[in-house]
Amino acid sequence: MSSTRTRRRTATATAAALGLALTATACGGSDDSSGSGSQELKGQTVTVAGVWTGTEQKNFKKVLDAFSEKTGATTKFISTGDNVSTVVGSKIEGGNAPDVVMVPQPGVLKQFAGKGWLQPLSAKVRDTAESNFAPVWQDYGTIGDKYYGLYFKASNKSTVWYSPDALSQAGVQPPKSWDAMLKAGRTVSDSGLPAFSVAGEDGWTLTDWFENIYLSQAGPENYDKLAAHKIAWTDPSVVKALTTLSELFEDKKLVAGGGKGALRTTFPESVEQVFGDDPKAGMVYEGDFVGATISGDLKKKVGEDAKFFPFPAVADGKPPVVGGGDAATVLKSGKHRKAGMKLVEFLATPEAAEIWAGAGGFLSPNKSVKPEAYQDDVTRKTADSLIKAGNAVRFDMSDQAPAAFGGTAGTGEWKLLQDFLRDPSDPKGTARKLEAAAAKAYKD
Amino acid sequence: MPATPVQAPDRPAPQPGGPGPAAGGPKDSPRRRAARRRRLIALLFLLPALLLLGALVAYPILFTVGRSLFDASGTRFVGAENYTEMFRDPATLKAIRNTTVWVVVAPLLLTGLGLILAVLTEKIRWATAFKLVLFMPMAISFLAAGIIFRVVYEQDPDRGVLNAVAVGVHDSFDESASYPTARPKDATVLAKGKGGAYTTKDKAAPGNTVNLGLVGVPPKDLPKDAEPARAASKATAGGAELRGVVWVDFTLGGGGKPGQVDPKEKGLPQLAVEAVDADGKAVAETTTAADGSYRFEGLSAGDYAVRLPAKNFAEPYGGVEWLGPTLITPAIIGAYLWIWTGFALVLIGAGLSAMPRDVIEAAKIDGANEWQIFRRITVPLLAPVLGVVFVTQVINVMKVFDLVYIIAPGPVQQDANVLALQMWLVSFGGGNNQGLGSALGVLLLLLVVPAMILNIRRFRRSNS
Repeated sequence: MSSTRTRRRTATATAAALGLALTATACGGSDDSSGSGSQELKGQTVTVAGVWTGTEQKNFKKVLDAFSEKTGATTKFISTGDNVSTVVGSKIEGGNAPDVVMVPQPGVLKQFAGKGWLQPLSAKVRDTAESNFAPVWQDYGTIGDKYYGLYFKASNKSTVWYSPDALSQAGVQPPKSWDAMLKAGRTVSDSGLPAFSVAGEDGWTLTDWFENIYLSQAGPENYDKLAAHKIAWTDPSVVKALTTLSELFEDKKLVAGGGKGALRTTFPESVEQVFGDDPKAGMVYEGDFVGATISGDLKKKVGEDAKFFPFPAVADGKPPVVGGGDAATVLKSGKHRKAGMKLVEFLATPEAAEIWAGAGGFLSPNKSVKPEAYQDDVTRKTADSLIKAGNAVRFDMSDQAPAAFGGTAGTGEWKLLQDFLRDPSDPKGTARKLEAAAAKAYKD
Repeated sequence: MPATPVQAPDRPAPQPGGPGPAAGGPKDSPRRRAARRRRLIALLFLLPALLLLGALVAYPILFTVGRSLFDASGTRFVGAENYTEMFRDPATLKAIRNTTVWVVVAPLLLTGLGLILAVLTEKIRWATAFKLVLFMPMAISFLAAGIIFRVVYEQDPDRGVLNAVAVGVHDSFDESASYPTARPKDATVLAKGKGGAYTTKDKAAPGNTVNLGLVGVPPKDLPKDAEPARAASKATAGGAELRGVVWVDFTLGGGGKPGQVDPKEKGLPQLAVEAVDADGKAVAETTTAADGSYRFEGLSAGDYAVRLPAKNFAEPYGGVEWLGPTLITPAIIGAYLWIWTGFALVLIGAGLSAMPRDVIEAAKIDGANEWQIFRRITVPLLAPVLGVVFVTQVINVMKVFDLVYIIAPGPVQQDANVLALQMWLVSFGGGNNQGLGSALGVLLLLLVVPAMILNIRRFRRSNS
């Protein structure tokens, strides 16, 4: 899990860095609220821990500053790095617990709640969330029947990025369905450029491909069941999704370098193959953080040199929206947990989200956030598709699974999908192996 | 981890020698008191070492053995379940297999290589410089060496040195094809034959025009002088002439009709074309002009198929797949040899220089040749040193971890897996099953013990 996290995080961090560079002077539109604060929390220090570093940390601090201005509380941010649970765990044991923790994954949230570290969020947070968020976000923040996590920052992993040049050279339009996407891909490949760059060396990109197809084809209910391992991976719906995925994997014209070439391609390389100076493919699928790699590492302009279309619907399904996010939680052992709760209440408001949205590198699941708050069109569009999906948004399945199955390089789902990319001829056999690995990982 | 504990047995060994034998009779009380005091003092001096050994070696071993009997959470006693699970898991079996390959191959190769190099360096003038260069990799950490070799083995010839050489050598013998990615859009006109050639399905008699459309040609692959093929495609063929164009059946920007030579579509120059008679024999060969046109003149009457031979489309040679599933373990062993050869060389070289010269001189006088000297004298006399190098490497190879972890890319990590890596993966690398991990640790310890015992025996023998 951690390596996924690291890569995506670096990507978002770079995105945020660029965002900041672009809007160096735009310090968020929250200045109007200054002075109206009641200063009720004067003298209290709220400590917040989160995985963010660098620009992300700086931008989050702007949100915290706005909170300080409003309430008079001072805020302190501790960056935990990738290993949130270890750092927070040791801080709790050392009697130095932070008040608020931004938890990066549903699995970690579950772990925290399971250890009894978390305090249920206040009725006010729940009310604000109910009016501002699609219910699915509360569901992901609820463990048992207690509401512990408010999703403040979100990501959208259902975006297919393409080079407008490649598509216009082939004379095709961004497709609206899976079949149309494959057809467009074949046309792109006829024009002399392989259609997709698939980052097979990083197993997590393959799980994301599968999850989007499965969510669209089998529907959100089956997706939830599979994520909780309530249906087996040998289920016909899984075999069907794998078969659909094999339509892409088995076609040498569609995957740059074929399966073997794809297995040697890492995620940054896959983005470079499409948007680098010597393009080797026309499209690449991954989440909104691809934009960060494009603008940060490759110095290309998102919106001009690179565009995206939402992951298309498969067969009769709806277009999938697979997402993720960081949830704000309050720790029981925090010294100023009441002030911490006030902070979470603030984070639930569109006002807080708009501050970071203005700084860039941020999506909010909050539907009351004004589209104008985002600093560029592409982010606005990704945010829009996330909000529009409403209750159909689902979290990354492999992030929800035990790490041994869904988050470890070289084993479990990553490895089996890589094998499938190498030889996509036997979806049933792959489903059987996936089930065997899942059964082992979920049992404890 | 396993390396530290296994050193345990050789240290406590000298302890019994500490208190001298109580020589006097039991009635001799001042003597007995002195002996007891001496024993106490000895114990006092030994205490720090014993404590350290206990805390750092004995306790971890016992704890690991104990932990291996519990499940992942560490609360439920499962008996030998982890051990049976270990041998049921295909990943562990693969790791055991690979570790066996390592243990069998690497120490042997290394000792052999070290011996040969040591004997050879004896004879050259700049022996020290040579040894120094070979020994240098020892100064590099395994991590750095792993990263170096990860790049060396990279598939892309622009990055991986080995493949750059492989491709360079291959291409100097075998010119690469001009249009590796070109292909017909579908199989209506051209059928793919054995070996990658494309042949027309319908046959044509002289006097006809056969136009062949191909797609998938990157614009940058097309020579700059390529011209539109439309005009040439419409030219009429003379009586004994079979002609046509081979063109890129794709209009950039869209709008082209498949199978039709559209105005902007260009010909494929310098492509080999063959006329094939009814027996499947090529009777004429030509190459296309700048506009993609070709002509076969003076063909005798009959029906001919047009063939685009496979040499036009051969995929460029991509080099050797060092990091693929089949070669990955040999590749990593190669990196290991690079690091350790210097060590073997220096050790064996030292043994060699300590060898009595007179035996060799005597052999030479008796008329032995170099090979006989090497086989009958050098190797037997060096046997103890060779044994030390070999056994040290067996132990070393069993705990190899970092090289495998770094060099093997994610998708083939399991194909390169070894026990030490599997132990780490299972306990910390996502599996978080420290019970199973401990069981693997115990297995590793058991495997290292025989080699350890062998080594200790040897030390004892050489000491006595």
